[in-house]
Amino acid sequence: MARISNAKLRHPFFQLRSGQQEQPVSGVTMAKHSRIRGAVAVDGVCPYCAVGCAQHIYVKGGQVIDIEGDSRSPINEGTLCPKGSNTFQLTVNPHRQQQTLYRAPYSDHWERVSLEWAMERIAQRVVETREVTFRERDDEGNILNHTTAMAHLGGATLDNEENYLIKKLFNGLGMVAIENQARI
Amino acid sequence: MSATFGRGAATSYQEDLQNSDCVLIMGSNMAEAHPVGFRFVMKAREKGAQVIHVDPHFSRTSASATDYVPIRTGTDIVFLGGIIHQILEQERWFKEYVLPYTNAATIINDKYVDAENADGIFSGFDPETGEYEIDRANWQYAGTQPPAAAGASGGQTTEDWSKSSAGHEGGKPEVDLTLQHPNCVLNVLKRHYARYTPSMVAATCGCSQEQFMAVAEAMMANSGRERTGAIVYALGWTQHTIGVQIIRTAAMMQLLLGNMGRPGGGVMAMRGHASIQGSTDIPTLYDLLPGYIPQPDSRSKHNSLGEFIRKETPPTGYWANMPKLVVSLLKAWFGDAATQENDYGFEWVPRIDDDYSQLNTFAKMAKDEVDGLFLMGQNPAAGAPNSRLNREGMRHLKWLVVRDFFLLESAEFWREGPDNPNPAEIGTEIFFLPAASGAEKSGTLTNTQRMLQWHEKAVDPPGDCRSDLWFMWNLGRRLKAMYANSTNKRDQGLLSLTWDYGHDDIEVLPDGRRSSVVDEPDAGKVLREINGYTTADKKQISGFGELKEDGTTASGCWIYAGVWPEEGRNRSAERPVSDQVAANPRPRLDWAWAWPANRRMMYNRASADPEGKPWSERKRYMWWDEAQQKWTGYDVPDFPPDKAPSYRAPEKAEGMDAIDGDTPFFMHTDGKGWLFAPSGIKDGPLPTHYEPIESPTLNPLYGQRANPTAKIVESPLNLIAPPADVEYPVVATTYRLTEHYLSGGMSRFDSWLNELQPAMFVEIGIELAQERGIEHGDWVLVRTPRSEIEARAMVTPRLHRLKIGGRFVHQIGVPIHFSFTGEVTGGQANELTPMVSEPNVKMHEGKSFMCDVRKGRLERASDKPTVQWAKRPQETPMAETPDQAQPEGRSA
Repeated sequence: MARISNAKLRHPFFQLRSGQQEQPVSGVTMAKHSRIRGAVAVDGVCPYCAVGCAQHIYVKGGQVIDIEGDSRSPINEGTLCPKGSNTFQLTVNPHRQQQTLYRAPYSDHWERVSLEWAMERIAQRVVETREVTFRERDDEGNILNHTTAMAHLGGATLDNEENYLIKKLFNGLGMVAIENQARI
Repeated sequence: MSATFGRGAATSYQEDLQNSDCVLIMGSNMAEAHPVGFRFVMKAREKGAQVIHVDPHFSRTSASATDYVPIRTGTDIVFLGGIIHQILEQERWFKEYVLPYTNAATIINDKYVDAENADGIFSGFDPETGEYEIDRANWQYAGTQPPAAAGASGGQTTEDWSKSSAGHEGGKPEVDLTLQHPNCVLNVLKRHYARYTPSMVAATCGCSQEQFMAVAEAMMANSGRERTGAIVYALGWTQHTIGVQIIRTAAMMQLLLGNMGRPGGGVMAMRGHASIQGSTDIPTLYDLLPGYIPQPDSRSKHNSLGEFIRKETPPTGYWANMPKLVVSLLKAWFGDAATQENDYGFEWVPRIDDDYSQLNTFAKMAKDEVDGLFLMGQNPAAGAPNSRLNREGMRHLKWLVVRDFFLLESAEFWREGPDNPNPAEIGTEIFFLPAASGAEKSGTLTNTQRMLQWHEKAVDPPGDCRSDLWFMWNLGRRLKAMYANSTNKRDQGLLSLTWDYGHDDIEVLPDGRRSSVVDEPDAGKVLREINGYTTADKKQISGFGELKEDGTTASGCWIYAGVWPEEGRNRSAERPVSDQVAANPRPRLDWAWAWPANRRMMYNRASADPEGKPWSERKRYMWWDEAQQKWTGYDVPDFPPDKAPSYRAPEKAEGMDAIDGDTPFFMHTDGKGWLFAPSGIKDGPLPTHYEPIESPTLNPLYGQRANPTAKIVESPLNLIAPPADVEYPVVATTYRLTEHYLSGGMSRFDSWLNELQPAMFVEIGIELAQERGIEHGDWVLVRTPRSEIEARAMVTPRLHRLKIGGRFVHQIGVPIHFSFTGEVTGGQANELTPMVSEPNVKMHEGKSFMCDVRKGRLERASDKPTVQWAKRPQETPMAETPDQAQPEGRSA
C-alpha cells in the first residue's frame, strides 16, 4: 500500500491520516476529494425567488468555485431548486459585462468608458434635469419640493440596504417617481 | 391583507404549512415556482392533510394535490365568494372566534349602499373621476367617523384623522352581538354574497358544482378549535385589475373560518423576488416612506409635520404611534440638521401630487414628460406589461442609467427588438454600469415570510462591476460635493442627508484577502441606521418600543428595529446549527430575524381563545400565563406581552390603551379583523366580482362589467379588445417555469438553465389545437390588439376548454421568460399584455387577457440569440484543487 506522497496534498485531512499509519486505500483513491475541501464557506442567500434559501458560497484562491444549499437552514435544509443551483452562473459567467459602456444619442454602437467618467457624467445629467424641473410649490401654494422628470425603477432583487439608500438619496434630491416590481 | 388584518405581508412562515389540515393553493403554481417552499405542503400531505389546487392550468402543483379544480382565469372572487356564501348559509363560521376577533357584529351606517343594490357600484362613486369619495363617508361604522387603517393605504391617503370624531372623543363603534341588526357586518355580508350560489359559480368559473362544493366542504370541515386550513397564493391572484379584492376575499374567508393567527392557518403570499417584501418594507415605491408611513402629499396639504401627523395619525391602535415613527425616520435621514424648530426637516421630503407608479410613469415617458431614468435590476423592455409601449417610453428619454449583469433587453432596446428600432432616430443617452452579484456584496434580503437574512460578501466583483450600494453612495457623495456651496433652500435636504457609510477599517474578505474595491460602503452601517439608535450616544435600540417623538431616537425603518439590537449583534446573520431542523413544526426563532419584533406568525394572539387559553391541545401556539401575567408560547407574542385577555379599554382611551385584551388585530383602530373594510381600500368595502378588462363575457352579476376604478393607459399602442370580441376569442393567461426567472435577465444568459428550458412555447389545449389544425411542435402566432408573437405549440390536456355561460371558452398558457437578448430568445408574453392597472396597488393584468392563435411565423424570426451559447461558465482550472477534483473540462 502506497503512502501519500503527492506534495500538493497539504490539507490537514491528509496530514492526519498519512505519516505513521498505513491506509487501506490506494494513493490515487486518497488523492480524490471534494472540490470544496479547503475552501472558505461564506453565508449566502439565494437571489432568485422569495422562498429565501440559505446558501454556502465556496471560495478558494480568491475565486467563487461553487454555490450550494446551506443544510442548517430550516427553510431549505441544504436543498436548492434548478434556479438556486444556477446561482454560481450569476457570478461566473462569460456573458457578464465587466466594462462600463456608453451609448451616445443617435449612435449605433456602445463605447467603452471609464467608470469614473460615467459617474461624473451621470451626476451632471441629474443636476441639469433637477435644476430645470424642480418645483417648490403647487399652484395653491402647497409644498411640493419635487421633480417629476427623473424616475427610478428596480429594487425587489436588491438588498434592503441598497433600497434604503435609493429611497433616501432620491427623495433627498426631490425625486418622487421611485418604483420597483413590488405592488402592495 | 393590510385592509383585512392590518399589515400587508404574508401572515405566517412557510414551515408552518406542514401544520395545516387543508392547504388551498390558488393563484399559485407553488410546486414549480417555489419548489423548496412546496416541501412544507408535501409534509402536510404526508401527515394526512388535504391539498387543493384551483387553477386554470394543470401543473405539477395540481399533480401533487389531492384535489384539482380548473377555473377560468379572473373568476377567483366568484369561487371564494361562493365559499363564503356556503359558510354563512350553512352556519359553519367559527362563532367563538368571529364574534370577538372580527367586525362581524359592528353596525355599518345607513348611508352605505351595496353594489348588489346598485348594479355593481358601491355608494360614494364619482363617475367623473372614476374613483370613490376620498373620505369614504358612505362605508363607515355607525357611531363613528372614519375608523380605518393608516399605513399602506397606498397613494393619496383616504383618511383625515383631524376630522375624526372617534377615539379622542370616545365614540366606540356600535355593535350588535346578537347579530339581529340588519346592517351589522355579518348580515351585510350575507346579502352581498347571496347570489354566489353553486350554479352561479359553475356557470362563471367553468368548473362543475360538485367540484366547487367539494372544495367548500373541505375548507369548512378543516376549521374550528381542532383543525385549521391555510391558503397559498402568488402572482396568479395579484396580477388582475381586481387582485387586491381577490386576496381580500380569501382573507375574509380565513377570518370566518377562524384560521388567522393559528398554526396551520393563515394566508401565505408567495412572492416572486428575493427581496420583494423588503422593497415594500423599505419602499422603493412612490407613495410610501419606510415602514408603511405614507409619503407626504400636497393634495392632503401636508405642509408641516404637525399637519401631517394630525391628518395621518389614527387616535387608536398601533398607528397612534405615528409621531414617534416619523420623527425617528427624519432623524435617521437628516441627523443633527433635523431639529424641532425646522420640523425635523419634514419640508425636505418631496410631496406627491399624482400617480407616479411604474405604469403611469412609463406612459408619461412616451409623451416626453420624463427626462431621466435609473434602472437597477429591473427589465421593463421585456418584463413590464405591454413591453412595446415601455420601450417606446424609454426611447423618448434624454438619459438612462442601466445597472445589471448582462446586456439585456432594457440595455439593447435602441438597436434590437421586435419593433426593429432605428438607432439614428433614438436620442437617448445610455450608461450601462455593470452590477455586482449577490456573492460579491454584503446585505440583507427579506424573504416571503418577512425574514431578513444577511448574506456575506465572498469575493470582490470583477472589473467595473459594483454593488448598487456602491453606486448610490458614490453618486450621493458626488452630488453632495457639487451642491456643497449652495445656500439655495431646495438643496439643503440633500446636503443634510446623513451619508457616513464608509468602512472604518480596510475591508477584509472572508478568506483573509484585502478587498481591492475603492470606496465600497459598509452595508452593516446602513443596516444599523435602518434598525435605529439613540441620537445622543449612538447606541443601537433593541425594538420600536424605544422610539421617541422628541428627536432623541433615529430609525430608518421602524418595523426593522431589533434586527441589530446591540453593537456587534446582527441578528439577520445568525445561522445556528440545530438538531430541530428536520420536520420541525415550531418556528425557529433563532434563525435570522423576522419583522415585527421577530414574530414568525402574525396576529398570534388569535391562537388562543378570548380568555387566553389555547383553542385546543392540537392547535396550541400562544397562551396567557395567569401566574406570570404574560403571554407565552412557541413564538414572540404579537400583542402587548402583559395585556391580560380581560383588559377592557376605558372610555376615551387612546393608542394601544384603546385596544381590548381580546382583539388581536391591533394595527386596526378597533383591534378587529375586518370582514367589512370601512377604509384602506379604493374599490369597495367588500370584494365583488368584476370581469377582467379583456374577457370573453359580460359580468353575470351586474351591468357594470369591469372594475369601475381600474385604469387603462390611453395610447395607440395600448388598444383593448372589446368584451366577447370575435376577433380575440381565446382567453390567455401567463405563467412561470421552474428553470427561468422573470423576463430572463437572470436566466437566459445562463447555459445550465437554457439547457433545461431552451425555447419559448405556448401551451394549447387539445380541443383548440384540433379546431385550428395545430400540431404539437408547430410554430404558432398569438395575437392581441397590442402585438403578435410567435412560439412553438405545446399541445396538452393540461389546459382545456371550459363551459362559461352556456358556451365553450378556450384558455391558453404563455410562459413569461423569453425575449430578444441572451443565449436563448423568443416571443415575450408582455408584448401581448395590456397596460391597465388595479386601483389600490397599480398592478397590471398579466393573468387575464384575450387573444387569437393560429399557425404561422413572423417575418422577422424571434429566436435569434444575441450572444453565443457558453458551454461552460469557466475554462480555467479551480485553484488549489487536484486534477481529480476539478469539474469536468477543467484541469491544471
